[in-house]
Amino acid sequence: MLGLNQKDARLMLIVLVLTILAPIILNPFPAGSELAQFNAGYPDLMQRFVIFGIFAIGFNILFGLTGYLSFGHAAFLGVGSYAGVWMMKLLTMNVLPAILISVVVAGLFSVLIGYISLRRSGIYFSILTLAFAQMSFSLAYSVFTPITNGETGLQLSLNDPRVLGISQTADGSIPVTHFFGIEMRDGLEMSVGSWLFTFNFGYYLSAVIMLIAFYLAIRIFRSPFGMMLRAVKSNQQRLNYTGLNPKPYTLAAFVISGMYAGLAGGLMVAMDPLAGAERMQWTASGEVVLMTILGGAGTLIGPILGAGMIKYFENIFSKINETILHQWFQWLPDGLEDLIVALIYPFIGKGWHLTLGIVFMLVVIFLPGGLVEGGQRIGALFNRKKRAAEDAKSGSTDPKSTPAE
Amino acid sequence: MDIFIQILNGLDKGAAYALIALGLTLIFGTLGVVNFAHGALFMIGAFCAVTLAKILNFSFVVIDPSQKDFLGNPLKVQTPYVEAWFGPEIGASIIDWSVPLAILFAIPVMVAVGFIMERGLIKHFYKRAHADQILVTFGLAIVLQEIIKYFYGANPIPTPAPDVFKGSFDFGAALGLDPNVVIYPYWRLVYFGFSAIIIAGVFGFLQFTTFGMVVRAGMADRETVGLLGINIDKRFTIMFGVAAAVAGLAGVMYAPINSPNYHMGMDFLVLSFVVVVVGGMGSLPGAVAAGFLLGILESFASMNQIKSLLPGIDQIIIYLVAIAILLTRPRGLMGRKGVMEE
Repeated sequence: MLGLNQKDARLMLIVLVLTILAPIILNPFPAGSELAQFNAGYPDLMQRFVIFGIFAIGFNILFGLTGYLSFGHAAFLGVGSYAGVWMMKLLTMNVLPAILISVVVAGLFSVLIGYISLRRSGIYFSILTLAFAQMSFSLAYSVFTPITNGETGLQLSLNDPRVLGISQTADGSIPVTHFFGIEMRDGLEMSVGSWLFTFNFGYYLSAVIMLIAFYLAIRIFRSPFGMMLRAVKSNQQRLNYTGLNPKPYTLAAFVISGMYAGLAGGLMVAMDPLAGAERMQWTASGEVVLMTILGGAGTLIGPILGAGMIKYFENIFSKINETILHQWFQWLPDGLEDLIVALIYPFIGKGWHLTLGIVFMLVVIFLPGGLVEGGQRIGALFNRKKRAAEDAKSGSTDPKSTPAE
Repeated sequence: MDIFIQILNGLDKGAAYALIALGLTLIFGTLGVVNFAHGALFMIGAFCAVTLAKILNFSFVVIDPSQKDFLGNPLKVQTPYVEAWFGPEIGASIIDWSVPLAILFAIPVMVAVGFIMERGLIKHFYKRAHADQILVTFGLAIVLQEIIKYFYGANPIPTPAPDVFKGSFDFGAALGLDPNVVIYPYWRLVYFGFSAIIIAGVFGFLQFTTFGMVVRAGMADRETVGLLGINIDKRFTIMFGVAAAVAGLAGVMYAPINSPNYHMGMDFLVLSFVVVVVGGMGSLPGAVAAGFLLGILESFASMNQIKSLLPGIDQIIIYLVAIAILLTRPRGLMGRKGVMEE
């Protein structure tokens, strides 16, 4: 299907179904119930899942395939956001031109930074990208204030020209972002019993774009170009001796992942038309590194999983407070209840960063392939048990499982 | 005169950069590990000062019927234990000198933290890729700063220097120039002097002791030193403790300059990595020289004349220098040949 082999097509289908049904899947608890706060199926959060998914997919094309660890990818997302908001200020509130210009501007910016940074590799590359990103961040705060609006962040205003659209609506407010007339914040609400599902148009636009981005990523992973990038990761010297110059390939990967970041920035603006410099800070770059590694660098689905997990933790897990914990452990004797709550509390709620840090360290130490590798290992464990049971039943050993001669 | 002031201003910041970069380079030069958690060590040092100040201020409460508050109730008088034990005057001065005293407190704490970090985590990462080392220490940095945040909260905690060092030194008057032109806070002078002593101490230790000689030999060729029957791993672990202590002491003394908060380490880390790279990976004199150089350059760039010429230059000068150096002199200012060139 679409030039994918069977396994990839199945993966693509699973992702497709999951993203389309996300508003239902992520809302497993009835509205108004005690557990409703764990519902992640509201538009704002779902949009963030897919947008950061795009960001992480792009980062994975660079880090997962070539092994170049960039600590400055948030700069491209930030530049894309600024470009997008300017498009909305000057041209039209239609999100399409804004998203396109974000991708183009981030792409150009990444050509510049990539060309310089890729002259070095290893830790030097990480520090160069970090230095460029921090420079962009500082400049956005200070000198470029006319373009970026400094600390306040770039926002729409009533007297923007918007040549192809309207400066303000009839009732004198700022027009909302739309896609050929369909407003981003529009959506359908469906209530089934006591469940309430929101199908938001902005989410579905982002989801479709993410699916396209994911499809392209699969094609890149399976292409000769992708093989070349893997060759860069495994042994750059050997590639040189073969007479191939790895630079154009790595630069292409860098620019592609920069464009993915710009796309994510453009989509963020399309959903909520403002852009601030803090999106470019190195902690933001660190976040996408966390997402990709946590999910599984170099795997297809990993970055999306990682992005979803971190965003879920950030928005849902962090809301658990002490009272809720006490409610959960009510059934325990009083002293024990207090003890357990006191033991758990530092790790959840506001302390979710601590859990994130610990999980991240465990993943780097024990599961270099991230959650995806964890899943595969568990799967393999079950398979082995099943096979062992079958072997025991039939009383014969599989010739393939004997040690290699 | 402006130039003189700017050099002075650059010195104390440069001193902080130099100390952190020195520790980073010690770890990198000996163990070959890129330690992203080094900023967290600096932060833990600063919180050692906070902790000691808190411990010294532990008080007991006495209700004093002879004094009344404005409602006429008997006043509760808080007396720190230290004052009760050593008498009010000595006690008060002990509390006043909590930051310098924290040096004594921080050294064992930091060495212990360093040992635990090296033995417990970093030891297992010698053979793995640099990217893995960066990632795991980055995770560790997040964990450490969240632990500090849990115990001390997210707000900066003011930690004053001893009263003697409050106020400023008038360089102008001392040099026979107009008074009040070149003034400089005493504590920053202390900081500069302190870091000079630490740097000299580390270099002296490596240069003039047998232990230091072995460590230097190990930095040059670990394998051969090991073949000579010397337990180089143990010595490198001790150097990790020393490096942690250097970062921690830099943090202790920095607490009065900038009230410690949980993310101060990360803020310094990015810059000190840049410093290490500019100085040359694995070169100790390079790290110190680059620290001071960048500190002074940064304060020059914040002069008004230069800012009006090139707006925003003060924000980015360090990064610009780093990029220029990385691209033209891949080894940094004083890097050795063959150390992490690619």
